[in-house]
Amino acid sequence: MRDHPTILEMRSITKEFPGVKALADVNLSVRAGDIHAICGENGAGKSTLMKVLSGVYPHGTYSGEIHYQGAEVQFKGIRSSEAAGIVIIHQELALVPTLSITENIYLGNEPGRGGRIDWKAAKLGAMELLARVGLRDNPDTLIKDIGVGKQQLVEIAKALSKSVKLLILDEPTAALNKADSEHLLDLIAGLKSKGVTSIMISHKLNEIEQVADAITILRDGLTIETIDVRADGVNEDRIIRGMVGRSMERRFPEHTPQIGEVFFEVRNFVVQDPQSPDRLVCKNSSLYVRRGEIVGIAGLMGAGRTELAMSIFGRSYGTFVSGQIFKDGKEIRVRSVMDAIAHGLAYVSEDRKVLGLNLLDDIKRSVVSAKLSKISKGQIVDFAKDTSIAEKYRKSLRIKTPTVDEGVNKLSGGNQQKVVLAKWMFTDPDLLILDEPTRGIDVGAKFEIYGIIQQLAAQGKGVIIISSELPELLGLTDRIYTVFEGAITDDIPTSEAEPEMLMKSMTSIKKRVAK
Amino acid sequence: MSSMKDLRKMFGGGTSAGRQFGMIFTLIGILLFFQVWTKGLTLSPGNLINVVSQQSYILVLAVGMVLVIIAGHIDLSVGSVAAFVGIAVALLMKNQDLPWPAAVLVGLLMGALIGAWQGFWVAFVGVPAFIVTLAGMLIFRGANQFLGKSTSLSVNADYQKFVGSGYLPTVGPDTGYNNLTLLIGLALFLAIAWREIRLRQVQAELGSEMAPMWVSAAKLVMLGAIIAYASLLFANGRPGTSFPISGLILAVLVIIYSYLARNTIIGRNVYAVGGNVNAARLSGVNTRRTNFLVMMNMGMLAGLAGMIFVARSGASGPGDGVGWELDAIAAVFIGGAAISGGVGTVVGSIVGGLVMAVLNNGLALKGIGFERVQIIKGLVLLVAVALDVHNKNQGRPSITGLLTSKFRPGPGPAQALVEQPTEVAAGSEQPRG
Repeated sequence: MRDHPTILEMRSITKEFPGVKALADVNLSVRAGDIHAICGENGAGKSTLMKVLSGVYPHGTYSGEIHYQGAEVQFKGIRSSEAAGIVIIHQELALVPTLSITENIYLGNEPGRGGRIDWKAAKLGAMELLARVGLRDNPDTLIKDIGVGKQQLVEIAKALSKSVKLLILDEPTAALNKADSEHLLDLIAGLKSKGVTSIMISHKLNEIEQVADAITILRDGLTIETIDVRADGVNEDRIIRGMVGRSMERRFPEHTPQIGEVFFEVRNFVVQDPQSPDRLVCKNSSLYVRRGEIVGIAGLMGAGRTELAMSIFGRSYGTFVSGQIFKDGKEIRVRSVMDAIAHGLAYVSEDRKVLGLNLLDDIKRSVVSAKLSKISKGQIVDFAKDTSIAEKYRKSLRIKTPTVDEGVNKLSGGNQQKVVLAKWMFTDPDLLILDEPTRGIDVGAKFEIYGIIQQLAAQGKGVIIISSELPELLGLTDRIYTVFEGAITDDIPTSEAEPEMLMKSMTSIKKRVAK
Repeated sequence: MSSMKDLRKMFGGGTSAGRQFGMIFTLIGILLFFQVWTKGLTLSPGNLINVVSQQSYILVLAVGMVLVIIAGHIDLSVGSVAAFVGIAVALLMKNQDLPWPAAVLVGLLMGALIGAWQGFWVAFVGVPAFIVTLAGMLIFRGANQFLGKSTSLSVNADYQKFVGSGYLPTVGPDTGYNNLTLLIGLALFLAIAWREIRLRQVQAELGSEMAPMWVSAAKLVMLGAIIAYASLLFANGRPGTSFPISGLILAVLVIIYSYLARNTIIGRNVYAVGGNVNAARLSGVNTRRTNFLVMMNMGMLAGLAGMIFVARSGASGPGDGVGWELDAIAAVFIGGAAISGGVGTVVGSIVGGLVMAVLNNGLALKGIGFERVQIIKGLVLLVAVALDVHNKNQGRPSITGLLTSKFRPGPGPAQALVEQPTEVAAGSEQPRG
């Protein structure tokens, strides 16, 4: 377009991490003055691409070329990209909670001379910037005293203070409620009229549809397509097709489900965000699980999947407001993790290295650690038993290790995950909640873990699986719940589910049209 | 309620200034309590002069320690470093016949070098400061005893006289008071008044909310009365005594470091690093350099504290500085710093240190034994930090936040509960499959 020269061109960007190719020959071309959206599933490479662009991954750590405003650029760090007018707002806000709005806006960029800060200039500047982003708070207010929506606006004010030409927003509305999101999108649209180009990563397709001029879709580190919204128009279905359209081969063990009665039920769970009580992470969520059933929870990052699971598992996330849990028809009290384990619940966390395992322990101690009482008399643990127990699981789960005395930090990701599974199987749970059970695990180990999950279900246990990978849910589960912004938006038998349909429920609260 | 709001502005409008004033009220309260209990002994010139010269080295440590703690670290080695620099300087003056001002400069340099050594491990190797300085505590205690052969060493008499037991000189006409002390008090008051006027001017220029004139006036009158009373007390000591030189060194440090912490980039970077190190790094702050400088500065001030101490006690010994780190750390936390870093002020720490000093002194004047004084000090520290933690859980800033909390309106938990049902209702309208 004649009015819109290209401001940025990234050519065949390839970025590798040990063992993973995060980006492979990615191309991105952004016109000046556009709002350019980048879409893709979790792990598609969106954030990595933006970190390459903003110099977080400096020149030399990736291959490919970046052309910005007509010339090739080689950024050595955030400072050099900022000097060129490229500012990134990270998904996790980069604000110091104990400092004031003014100080955060000018952090690393303080006005003044000879190391002395000119507070008057800073405050005047901050007031002007705050007015531009529509924030009327006193610039002396501390960041921790304002809500996350306003904090996001402060981030934008901070970007504006660096005379930004190209603004990168990584999931800017992920933590915001609807009103704050609207305001933010208006603001980004307003910046566009002032000549600021924006690149926005978002999972919320309705928002993208609303503001984007162009959309680039990434999948598995590859550029799939770029849609020119102004020329061609777009709808959510079109984006979804690009996001999920990969070929699906059979990667799951054969298995015939034997599904029994409903034995576990969660009714009307309401949970508040631990930081901001006005944001709900579970909005009146209800779900049930039958014996022998594998239930999937599909949702994009930040949708509230983990929050829901952890809230059910002994209220270990957020502030519980209301809700009931029933097991075998009777209401049970699950107020702590101890209660949850006693009632036969098990939660295998998303991050096994941080929340799932004590990496300093050996395998045998890890396996028995969640239910020491099972091998104890009173308070005395009989550690003669743990070796034989761990040995049993090593064989049945095929944990690849010379002995169970090995430290868990020596195991591969897949084998660590098997140890975590063994640890929870040892507690004799009736319901296992598995949060991203195959993240970071190679294909072979995935297949084995799927087999273990199916065995558990075949023993009459209920299994809930949270996963970002739709093929995994479609291949493994019997039924799928979709979650969006803390609410359960759909409940579909897997036999009727299709990726496009799931993605739609995962990205909007629109109810699926009944067939 | 507008007058309440105005009153609040008297204490700095809810920012860190408010906390300092809260602490000052606590200090005044304790002073008055002991004044009554000791039947006027506490606020006698001789006693006050004593408190200042007894505590100045701990307060010098607190000035450095508050920056270390704001940056999110701790320094356990300050007592040993002080002792090491103390003995080294005593040796230089005795064996090398170095004039004392030169020896003091060497001592400061030694302290800075020791701080740089510890800063290297903390900032560039990434060893936690707790471990680095625990090691330093052992290393420099040993170094002190190695240099001094585990015996005491007396220091140069001139040095002792000037720094250790020196006072502001007597000048000008005989007014019955120490004129210089009075002049300094007056200068301090004028400086505060000028700052207040400047603040109002800037506020007016920026068009920001500002306290009514009477609040500023009342604040100045009150502070003026306190300063006048204090300077008259210090100026009215035994002939030849007045405000101690060690106190003067401390006052200069407080002014310099308050300004540094509040108005310079390096100072604000210390707060940013302690508040959220990742955010600071992503904003382009050199976090390593900041950590290094903070530790180096602490080493230098520890050296200074050691030198002030040997001047006062007249000798440097193998047991100097034992337990000082704990007094300094206690002062900083009582003064409103947060364990997690990012929060704290120089003046707050000084006031916190003075609270401890006045407690020490008052209890000693009443003849209460050292063992019980320790118990009381321990409890005061515990309660102060417990209040701090409690307030943080409530979303309030610090212990002194509690002291001024009556002046703080703003949404309490009750308000949040009122909003909740509407949110729940909105949530339940969400369609489900």
